Amino acid sequence: MLTKRIIPCLDVRNGRVVKGKKFDDIIDVEDPEILGKYYSDMGADELVFYDITASNEKRGISLEFVEKVAKKINIPFCVGGGVKTIDDFVEILRKGADKVSVNSAAVKNPDLIKEASEKFGNQCVVLSIDAKKVDDNKWHVFVNGGRTDTGLDVIEWANKGTALGAGEIVVNSIDEDGMKKGYDIELLKQITDIVNVPVIASGGAGEMKHFYDALKSADVDGVLAASVFHYKEISIKELKDYLKKKGIEVRI
Amino acid sequence: MNVIVDYGLGNINSVQTALKKAGIDTVITDDKKKIENAEFVLLPGVGAFRDAIGLLKEKGLDIAIKKFADTGKPLVGICLGMQLLYEKSYEYGEYDGLGLIPGEIVKLEKEKKIPHMGWNNLKIKKDDELLKYLKQDMYVYFVHSYYAKSSNDEMLAYTEYGEIIPAIVRKGNVIGFQFHPEKSGQVGANLLKALGEMINDYISSN
Repeated sequence: MLTKRIIPCLDVRNGRVVKGKKFDDIIDVEDPEILGKYYSDMGADELVFYDITASNEKRGISLEFVEKVAKKINIPFCVGGGVKTIDDFVEILRKGADKVSVNSAAVKNPDLIKEASEKFGNQCVVLSIDAKKVDDNKWHVFVNGGRTDTGLDVIEWANKGTALGAGEIVVNSIDEDGMKKGYDIELLKQITDIVNVPVIASGGAGEMKHFYDALKSADVDGVLAASVFHYKEISIKELKDYLKKKGIEVRI
Repeated sequence: MNVIVDYGLGNINSVQTALKKAGIDTVITDDKKKIENAEFVLLPGVGAFRDAIGLLKEKGLDIAIKKFADTGKPLVGICLGMQLLYEKSYEYGEYDGLGLIPGEIVKLEKEKKIPHMGWNNLKIKKDDELLKYLKQDMYVYFVHSYYAKSSNDEMLAYTEYGEIIPAIVRKGNVIGFQFHPEKSGQVGANLLKALGEMINDYISSN
């Protein structure tokens, strides 16, 4: 049976992992490939790296980490952050990533999804959506790090994105992000109900039950989290054991 | 010489790295002569069947691969590379494959999410030297929207996703992995290790 995926997310700036220093037993480790290997050994099913390098000039150098990660780990990984063009896809995939995620650039130019999926296959194209609740049962797509409301309805955008060829949807709840009160189950439910591609929940994980709720109640295919793993509040192994006991299919 | 066929698609470097870790040194090439005279050929693949078979034919690599297969030396296809080994595919139309294994490539059942993406367990159907480190229900990483439909005579192991999906197939010296062993953690590494040992045995006995 296809298992649910547990996906740690790492932010990378100028080729170094941000927050990497918070690991207490591997002090001062900021190398994406070493942290990637660490998570992979702990049982992560996949990894996501977001490149948050601000200047375009430094971005090319920053992306060199992708090659190092590809050499070091043997599980799939996705790279996102600042992806704007087909050339960005080419560069990241060539360096060895399995998937590329697009966010704001796809809102501005939806054809980017179509072009990329036709060129590389839809399994390579992940549509990342920053969602914020604007009314009862209504969420809008936000861009620019959650500052700008595009007016786009999240459900409609998810539908359009998959029709254009996105092979996976990552839903980041801006409201829940960093709150540690759980994923936005209502939003996720509505998305898993309508799209026929894997959906990954992001934003809000604080305890193991939150992962279970998203996987069980919203039937998402994977759960993404950053700080609970980085700060060792939850270990991946412990989480997987817990989920398995609760009847969720996980890879152990 | 061990060869990875380069036909301009897919992420070949991670396959090469994984093979190297399994003790198989390879060169990446689109040279027909090198393919025909290789000791081992690996056919990678990401993308659509139509594009892949088109590119192989354009460069005359389809013939080189078939000639190589006739030598009896090990030929391995991964993911789309495995699908190319079959007779025909219905992805974006109808296209002939290399025809080294009888059967067709058809789309996955619609009720399931497509692509079939993630870790799924392998069920062993036939004993084989390739599976010597594999135990029942170990997980490997799949990413595909089409699968091989055949008599399943060639099936060594399968997974279930709405249908029985052939995951490891073998018809004599022609071998295919539907999943990505190079992305399947230790389980995948062990499968490649067994492959490496098989290749070495073949070379030393011939």
